[in-house]
Amino acid sequence: MHPQMAITGFVALYIFMLAAFTGYEVISRVPAILHTPLMSGSNFVHGIVVVGAIYALLNATSWPEQVVGFLGVVLGAANAAGGYVVTERMLQMFKPSDRRKG
Amino acid sequence: MSPDWIIDAAGFIAAVLFIYGLKRMSSPLTARTGIVLAGIGMVLAVLASLLYLLALSPAAQARWTVNLSLVALALVIGLGWSWWRGRVVPITAMPQMVALYNGMGGGAAAAIAAVELLGRESRDQTLLAVTVLGALIGAISLSGSLIAWAKLDGHIKKPWRIGGQQVLNAVVFGAAVLLGLCTAVFGQGVFAEPFIAGFFVVSLLFGVLMTMPIGGADMPVVISLYNAFTGLAVGLDGFVLQNPALMIAGMVVGSAGTLLTLLMAKAMNRSVANVLFSNFGDVSLEQQGVIRGRLKPVEARDAAIVMRYASKVVIVPGYGLAAAQAQQRLYEFVKLLQAAGVEVKFAVHPVAGRMPGHMDVLLAEAGVPYDLIHEMDEINGEFSTTDVALVIGANDVVNPAARTNKSSPIYGMPILNADQAHQIYVVKRGQGKGYAGIENELFYADNCNMVYGDARVVLGEMVQTIKDLVPSEAAIRAAA
Repeated sequence: MHPQMAITGFVALYIFMLAAFTGYEVISRVPAILHTPLMSGSNFVHGIVVVGAIYALLNATSWPEQVVGFLGVVLGAANAAGGYVVTERMLQMFKPSDRRKG
Repeated sequence: MSPDWIIDAAGFIAAVLFIYGLKRMSSPLTARTGIVLAGIGMVLAVLASLLYLLALSPAAQARWTVNLSLVALALVIGLGWSWWRGRVVPITAMPQMVALYNGMGGGAAAAIAAVELLGRESRDQTLLAVTVLGALIGAISLSGSLIAWAKLDGHIKKPWRIGGQQVLNAVVFGAAVLLGLCTAVFGQGVFAEPFIAGFFVVSLLFGVLMTMPIGGADMPVVISLYNAFTGLAVGLDGFVLQNPALMIAGMVVGSAGTLLTLLMAKAMNRSVANVLFSNFGDVSLEQQGVIRGRLKPVEARDAAIVMRYASKVVIVPGYGLAAAQAQQRLYEFVKLLQAAGVEVKFAVHPVAGRMPGHMDVLLAEAGVPYDLIHEMDEINGEFSTTDVALVIGANDVVNPAARTNKSSPIYGMPILNADQAHQIYVVKRGQGKGYAGIENELFYADNCNMVYGDARVVLGEMVQTIKDLVPSEAAIRAAA
């Protein structure tokens, strides 16, 4: 895809550093009541790995690469879809009291 | 707009939606739209990734029909299976599902690294080293998460411990690192494939060995740690593939998961190292102090009547409640108390259930509004003005020994101060001990009574008692 490396060492470190602080800040404000959906939600977010697996499989040029790439896409897709389904299922259960609505 | 531009744009939008979505998860009011937004980001990124087809190398281009069919088939299998599993799995089994999906993400990250290692002709050393590191972390996360899943799902019943285990683990880990180095250095030579294969086998083995000795009660911390591992592996793969969306999403999860792991370990009064290496549960229990007092059993209906005429009741639910599938019945009982003018609150310990926050989800599933559910720090001050604390299926999280008994294995763990309520009822199946295997002196306290029986049956009796009271009260009012 990228014949030349666009993101080199220090640029990569900057991205990692900023992303790490972002993750820390975003999560530190979540109340304990939502810790399980949060874990499952962050589990869903790393399901983005499926995009990398699709790239790897589309660029495969030998059968071992195809086999491993195929496994990667299956696992990555399962991670993303499963993470989404269980998180959404849990979150739609959280409802306030009727009194608050009225 | 070139295909690359569209892929980069979709990745950027996905990264924004992931972070914004996670941020919206900080309140139950906005959490659901948060996950939906993140989902939209994911769909965009996946659709855009098909544009990689337009910029393939000549060798890959020759196989594009086969590869594209494989991608389609893999997506159908992965999506279909996990979507179905995620829909049907009971909420009580949520922790092991998260472990399983997380392991799969780790596996995908390891697979990407493997394809990169197999297929590259010439690569610079930094890139190879990062690839190997991503593969190592991903593989550990895969096999470790699978063991965690098997333990929580009841396929592996006992922790597997042998003498010199930590030495063995250290040796295996060393071997994995060494093979990884060889792969990075000789990755292009004749020995490339055997090195790569050996490296993955040993890395997977290390994940298994590392997880086997850890007890079931500590699994949530381990799953959270592996969640962070997978995030990290995905982030490293993102660097290898020069894909910033993967780098950002992976690293956000990596740090969020690390923080969550630390928070959980803190709620259990343990360090992460202690969880990973200490074989908790082996502590000798002989030096425990003698407990004075006796257990005082009462009938469910007597307890129900006391609560009916109390002005404030705080309920402390534990996993035993969910194990007996009694959440619905508990909420039915709570609604009857509320109708009778009793103020009812739920007090949930941070590690109640099989995963932090698990009990909150189980209560939400039963229809309990989240504003009735209070965290430990919020409610601990209120127990002294509470008429009745009803403890159902919880044990260690209300054990005052955590405050007073220095020799207790749970000493120092923050607990719910249920013992400060005027009257305490404990619903319990029998006289067994808690998950940590220690006696609970709360049960012997003067103001504590035990209601023995299956939580579902006991709550059924309590509901019936209150319902029977209503007509007789109406009759009294009519007579007056």
